Amino acid sequence: MNVIPNTGVGKTSVVIRYVGGMFSKAVSPTIGASFFTYKMTLDSYRVKLQVWDTAGQERFRSMAPMYYRKANAAMLVYDITSLESFYDIKDWVKELKKNVDTPIVMCLLGNKSDLESGRKVSTADAAEYANSIDALFFETSALKNTGIEDAFLQVSRQLIKFYETYPNSGLGILSPQQDVTDIFSSSSENVRLPTRENQQKTPEAEGCGC
Amino acid sequence: MAALGEAEQVVATTDSDQGDFNEAEAPGKSDDAPFFPSDSIEELIYDDLTEADHQTLHKGTIHSIVRQTSYDSRSETPNTVDQDTPDISAGEESLEDSAETQVNSNSISVGEQEECLDAEVEDEEDVNSPNWKNQKKHVFILSESGKPVYSRHGHEDKLVTIMGVMQALVSFVQDSKDSLRSIVAGKHKFVFLVRDHLILVGVTRGTDSTQQMLLQLMYVYNQVISVLTHSQLSKIFKQRRNYDLRRLLTGAEKFFDNLLNLMDSEPGLLLSAVRCLPLDNQVRDIIAQTIVQNAKVKDLVFALIIAKNQLVTLVRMKKYYLHSMDLHLIINLVNASESFKEAESWTPICLPKFDASGYLQAHVSYLDSDCQVCLLLLSVDRDSFFTLSECKDKIKTRLTRYNALEAIDSSLRRKSYSTQQCGITDLRHFLYKARSTAQYTSPELEAPYCLPGEDERLFGMYQYLHHRIHTSGRPLKILFHVGQYETLLGWVTQGFELYAVFGPLVTKTGAIHAVNKLLRWIKREEDRLFILNSPTF
Ligand SMILES: Nc1nc2c(ncn2[C@@H]2O[C@H](COP(=O)(O)OP(=O)(O)OP(=O)(O)O)[C@@H](O)[C@H]2O)c(=O)[nH]1
Ligand SMILES: [Mg+2]
Repeated sequence: MNVIPNTGVGKTSVVIRYVGGMFSKAVSPTIGASFFTYKMTLDSYRVKLQVWDTAGQERFRSMAPMYYRKANAAMLVYDITSLESFYDIKDWVKELKKNVDTPIVMCLLGNKSDLESGRKVSTADAAEYANSIDALFFETSALKNTGIEDAFLQVSRQLIKFYETYPNSGLGILSPQQDVTDIFSSSSENVRLPTRENQQKTPEAEGCGC
Repeated sequence: MAALGEAEQVVATTDSDQGDFNEAEAPGKSDDAPFFPSDSIEELIYDDLTEADHQTLHKGTIHSIVRQTSYDSRSETPNTVDQDTPDISAGEESLEDSAETQVNSNSISVGEQEECLDAEVEDEEDVNSPNWKNQKKHVFILSESGKPVYSRHGHEDKLVTIMGVMQALVSFVQDSKDSLRSIVAGKHKFVFLVRDHLILVGVTRGTDSTQQMLLQLMYVYNQVISVLTHSQLSKIFKQRRNYDLRRLLTGAEKFFDNLLNLMDSEPGLLLSAVRCLPLDNQVRDIIAQTIVQNAKVKDLVFALIIAKNQLVTLVRMKKYYLHSMDLHLIINLVNASESFKEAESWTPICLPKFDASGYLQAHVSYLDSDCQVCLLLLSVDRDSFFTLSECKDKIKTRLTRYNALEAIDSSLRRKSYSTQQCGITDLRHFLYKARSTAQYTSPELEAPYCLPGEDERLFGMYQYLHHRIHTSGRPLKILFHVGQYETLLGWVTQGFELYAVFGPLVTKTGAIHAVNKLLRWIKREEDRLFILNSPTF
């Protein structure tokens, strides 16, 4: 049994691909959590995504609630070449369900889809699981830039839908910035820190922020 | 004509040669320094190091800050301090108990199961490889029960047996109510440091003295605390004596590696002193005031800017000080974490001298696009990220507007200063530490000391001088040492420590005259080289 948790499912690579438009082989393991923002216009809303990219290393496990507590969305990332990382997601989902009482958009990402020959998690299994927990599902590759754009767009659409359905529910009024938040998680053999993302979509409130 | 043999002369304190320098004016002296002068090594007698953690580690500071500042706006108790200990039983190896390293006084049996190695480590070097044996300095961390935690060279899985032996040695000596301090075997020195739950062992064939090795082990131990907190460490080992700590330290190995490399090259850790980035005094004041004015945030304890391992400025909460050892750990964190360069970060850090029982939260960001100037905002409030992020934006905007970032950048590009600027013939290099402020200064490394190998030799000479002056039977004040290629002068007073390297031909009187001149030069430059005041929020 390997005691070293596999931290590199590619959370940071996915975020950097989306926010920064690039991929670096030499990305370093995240320390604590990194914070990214991304602004776009979608269906006549100005959306500001605030993304927490959390560290997968075991010792940061206990910090997780700090990030997902106020999140509006969670992106759970596993590595399609690692079964462990997929199983780990289930722990995260349990933990989220237990600790987050506001509605939250969940999105399952099977990353490193370019490594088809090393695949351990089948697309069908993952899709079925995503369906069972009512989550969106995408297979992505930060290297080849596939699936990522789609995933973020769909998550944003869902958040807007949330916002339209329950304009007063959390979404606009959570934090000073009226966040909509995502979590990002990965997994591997024991535990992985969720990366979570904060999404802010504030149609009017944003002023001249962008 | 260079003296071939080595000669050494200890100059008595009262020697009139000591010259005209007035100690009370030690350059860089200040009563309002931002740090506690740290354990300078002469205070680090072995007994200090073997004292139980509860006597040397500070606790409860965070609690008292939270209590003080949480009356007003907050009804719920902030959850800063009570970090949840992760569920340490998760994923525990089932073989663990049977694989425990069994030790009794005359036999050592190491569980076979431990050796079931993953194929991937198979080709890593092991104890018998020449490469491993030839390393100049080894550092090992093991748990009280002998389980490997960290090794500087080689993979711990290959070192189970040797760590078992180390644990056995320590506990064998402990059984007879004694403690194992060091062993000298040929060219190698083995130094042991036993702390709560962990045993640290350093092995060197370099110039480090036993005490210097101990100080390094102490740093490494504090690095463990910095990652995990003392409370978490205790809790884990109380629950499971046999816990494999590597699980929790995954990814932290690079902090140990980096720290050990720093200790082999940065005099600051040897001297327990911090180097400040040379800056015009007014510019530094502007930077500090900008921080004070734009980071008035409850629960913010320290705000500091670090550039290339040097301190630019430090602002602190009233009544609280930053220990230079803690500052070195912060510098090490920044130095070893590439990921801070990607985006603003939010990470827990424990500062053992400040409060070993809990974490501060650090907001970490770079203020320039080259990622050289790093701002750290350390708070006891886990939820203050967004507030601190706004502070950072304001600070960055103002510092840019006042051209302060530019000033920092040009100081970084100019490098520090050349020995020649001090205008002293025959002086090749020096280290000067102001003891009251725990800060030091030294010129750039120049030929021949910037050549590969030569820098190491210079560092070795400083280690030697430092060792001789601090750990001799009688307290030395001045040491004059004539070596083969250079002459060394060490001088320690209440106010400062000075280590100077001259060409081989300098006389004792000449050297003392020269250092007096040097001290006057440093005095003239002190506003630029040291931080002499300590702004608070
Ligand atoms: N082939 C391939 N490699 C990838 C992909 N995404 C990430 N990687 C690589 O996987 C490694 C880890 O990526 P990171 O983005 O640091 O992983 P992480 O999940 O952020 O890791 P932690 O921060 O430690 O939790 C890096 O070497 C990446 O280059 C991908 O889509 N395909
Ligand atoms: Mg990462």
